[in-house]
Amino acid sequence: MKETPLSNCERRFLLRAIEEKKRLDGRQTYDYRNIRISFGTDYGCCIVELGKTRVLGQVSCELVSPKLNRATEGILFFNLELSQMAAPAFEPGRQSDLLVKLNRLLERCLRNSKCIDTESLCVVAGEKVWQIRVDLHLLNHDGNIIDAASIAAIVALCHFRRPDVSVQGEEVTLYTPEERDPVPLSIHHMPICVSFAFFQQGTYLLVDPNEREERVMDGLLVIAMNKHREICTIQSSGGIMLLKDQVFRCSKIAGVKVAEITELIQKALENDQRVRKEGGKFGFAESIANQRITAFKMETAPIDTSNIEERAEEIIAEAEPPPEVVSQPVLWTPGTAQIGDGIENSWGDLEDSEKEEEEEEGGIDEAVILDDTKMDTGEVSDIGSQGAPIVLSDSEEEEMIILEPEKNPKKIRAQTSANQKAPSKGQGKRKKKKRTAN
Amino acid sequence: AGLELLSDQGYRIDGRRAGELRKIQARMGVFAQADGSAYIEQGNTKALAVVYGPHEIRGSRSRALPDRALVNCQYSSATFSTGERKRRPHGDRKSCEMGLQLRQTFEAAILTQLHPRSQIDIYVQVLQADGGTYAACVNAATLAVMDAGIPMRDFVCACSAGFVDGTALADLSHVEEAAGGPQLALALLPASGQIALLEMDSRLHEDHLEQVLEAAAQAARGVHTLLDLVVRQHVQEASVSLGD
Repeated sequence: MKETPLSNCERRFLLRAIEEKKRLDGRQTYDYRNIRISFGTDYGCCIVELGKTRVLGQVSCELVSPKLNRATEGILFFNLELSQMAAPAFEPGRQSDLLVKLNRLLERCLRNSKCIDTESLCVVAGEKVWQIRVDLHLLNHDGNIIDAASIAAIVALCHFRRPDVSVQGEEVTLYTPEERDPVPLSIHHMPICVSFAFFQQGTYLLVDPNEREERVMDGLLVIAMNKHREICTIQSSGGIMLLKDQVFRCSKIAGVKVAEITELIQKALENDQRVRKEGGKFGFAESIANQRITAFKMETAPIDTSNIEERAEEIIAEAEPPPEVVSQPVLWTPGTAQIGDGIENSWGDLEDSEKEEEEEEGGIDEAVILDDTKMDTGEVSDIGSQGAPIVLSDSEEEEMIILEPEKNPKKIRAQTSANQKAPSKGQGKRKKKKRTAN
Repeated sequence: AGLELLSDQGYRIDGRRAGELRKIQARMGVFAQADGSAYIEQGNTKALAVVYGPHEIRGSRSRALPDRALVNCQYSSATFSTGERKRRPHGDRKSCEMGLQLRQTFEAAILTQLHPRSQIDIYVQVLQADGGTYAACVNAATLAVMDAGIPMRDFVCACSAGFVDGTALADLSHVEEAAGGPQLALALLPASGQIALLEMDSRLHEDHLEQVLEAAAQAARGVHTLLDLVVRQHVQEASVSLGD
C-alpha cells in the first residue's frame, strides 16, 4: 500500500505552526517525547517507546568461526525490520532506501564507534567467537525511528547476558544458566542518536520530529553521541544545505539530550536489576500498562495559562457592553421561566419532567418513582446524620435512576434496598466513584 | 595501533603534511557514448563517473516527479579495487548507502527543477580504493555532470578528514582510515560554503569537531581550485578542436 500523500492544506498548516514555533503535541522546539523503557522476562529483550513510536529490541548470541581478517574479534550484527504492522507504507521483505539508511546508521553508530569490546567475545582465536545479533523491530511508526532504534539497541545490549564458556586445552565448555551465571557484555560507552529536522531550507529546526513533522521536513541531521560528549556518528540526509554553525549548534543540543537519555537508561536498567534481585514481578506483562479505552481517560495536553487573565480581560474590554434592557420574566409552566427575547427554551421539557418526578405529580412509572422517593428520603436522612457537604452525590444517584427506569425497575429496587441496608458504606463508595470520575 | 600516523616532525606516513592533499589528476569526457563522463585519481584512489540524461523516465512512469528531475545514482566498486577481493561489485549495504549518499549530494547540487518529469543517471565505479572513496566519487561525478552540461548550483567538492594526536588530517589514505580514528566526509559547495552532505564515524570529542570540519572544508576548497582548472582546460581544448 502506498503512503497516503499529505494534503496541501495540511502541509501548509504544519509548516505554519512550525514557523510560529508551535508543535501540535505541545512540545517546545528542543523537547523529546516521553521515553519509556520496559524489559522482557528474558535478558536482552526490551521495548522502547518514544511517544507513540515503539521499537522492540532482542539480542541473541551464538558461537561461530570468526572472519578471516579479524581472527580474535567477535561479530556484531544489527538488523532493523520495518514491518507493515508499524505503518501500512512499509513493504515486507524489501530493502527500501529508508531501511538501508537506518540499518547502516545503526551499524555505524554502534559498531564503528566500538561501544562493545569485540575482543572479549573471542573464545578460541581463529576458531570460535561469539556472534552477537541485535534484532530490532519497529512495532509502531510515529516518526523518529532512528532515535528509538538506537536507544533500543543499546539498552538491549546492556541488558543482555551471554552464557559463560571455559576453555581447557582444545575443549570448549558451554555452561547453562543453571550451572553458571550468564555474563554481561563489556560495554565501553553508550552512543545515542539524536535527530534534528530542518524546515524551510534550514531556517527552522526541531528535535525529535514526529511522523507528521517528518513528512514536511526538508532534511534531517542525525548526531550520535555518548555522555562523554564524544560524537560517534554524524549523518546529514535529505537535500538541505547546512551551514557550519548549524552543525555546531546541533552538536551542543545533542550533548544535553544524550546526557538526559543516558541517565534514563541507567535508571531503567538499575530498576530492572533490583526487581530481578528481589524476586519481584518483571517482564512486559508487568511493566507495560494495558491500554483500555475508558470514557474518563483523556490524553493530557499542556495548555499555556500564564497570561490567561490578561487575555480574558482584554477580550472583555473589547467586547460590546450588554444592552441595558430589563425584560419581564415569562412563566411558561411551573418551574420554567424565561427572561428576555428569543425562542422558547428547549430545556423546559426536560426540566419539566424532572420537576414532575420530584413532585410526584407525573404518572410515568409508579413503582420507580416510589422507590426513587424512598431512596431519596433515605439518602436525605443519611446526609442529615453524616453532615452537610455531600448533597452533590445525591443528585448523581438520582441521575442514575432516571437513566433506566423503564428497562429494569427490579434491579433498581434491589440496588436501592441494598443502599438502605448499608447506607453509610454505599455512601462512601459513591463518593469515591465520584472523585475518580472527576 | 603501533603505527605512527603523524611523526614528531609533523609528517604523515606517505610524507604529506597534516593539511596536504594527495595528487589529483582528472580528465573529462573519457567516454564517447555517455552524455558526460570523467575520471579522477586522488593519490591511489581511482574513480570513473558516467552521466546519462536528463532523459525520459526509464522503467515505471510512476516514479516521475512533477516538479523536478529524478536523480538516480549507482555506486559500485570493482572486485579488484580493495586489498581483499570483493565478492560483488554492488548490492551490499555499504554500496547501497553510498549510492543513496551520492544521490542526496547531487539532488542538492543539480538544479533539478529545470528538468521536471525527467531522469538523470549517475553511475560511479571505483577502480582502486585507497581511502576517501566517497570524496573521489563525488568529485568525479561533479566533473561528469558538468561534462553532460547539466546546470548545477556550484561545484560539489568533497574531501575527507581525520583526527590524530590533536591534529586534523586532510584527505585520509587507506592506512590512516584503517587505523580506526575518527573520519569525516564532507561535500561542500565552495562558493556559498554550504554543506551538501556531512557524515562522520568513530569517536571524536565535540570540542574537536570544529577543527576537523574546518580542515575538511579547507581541503574541499583546495579540490575546487583543481577541478576548476580541469574544467577550464577541458572547455578550452574542446573549443580549439571545434575550430573556434
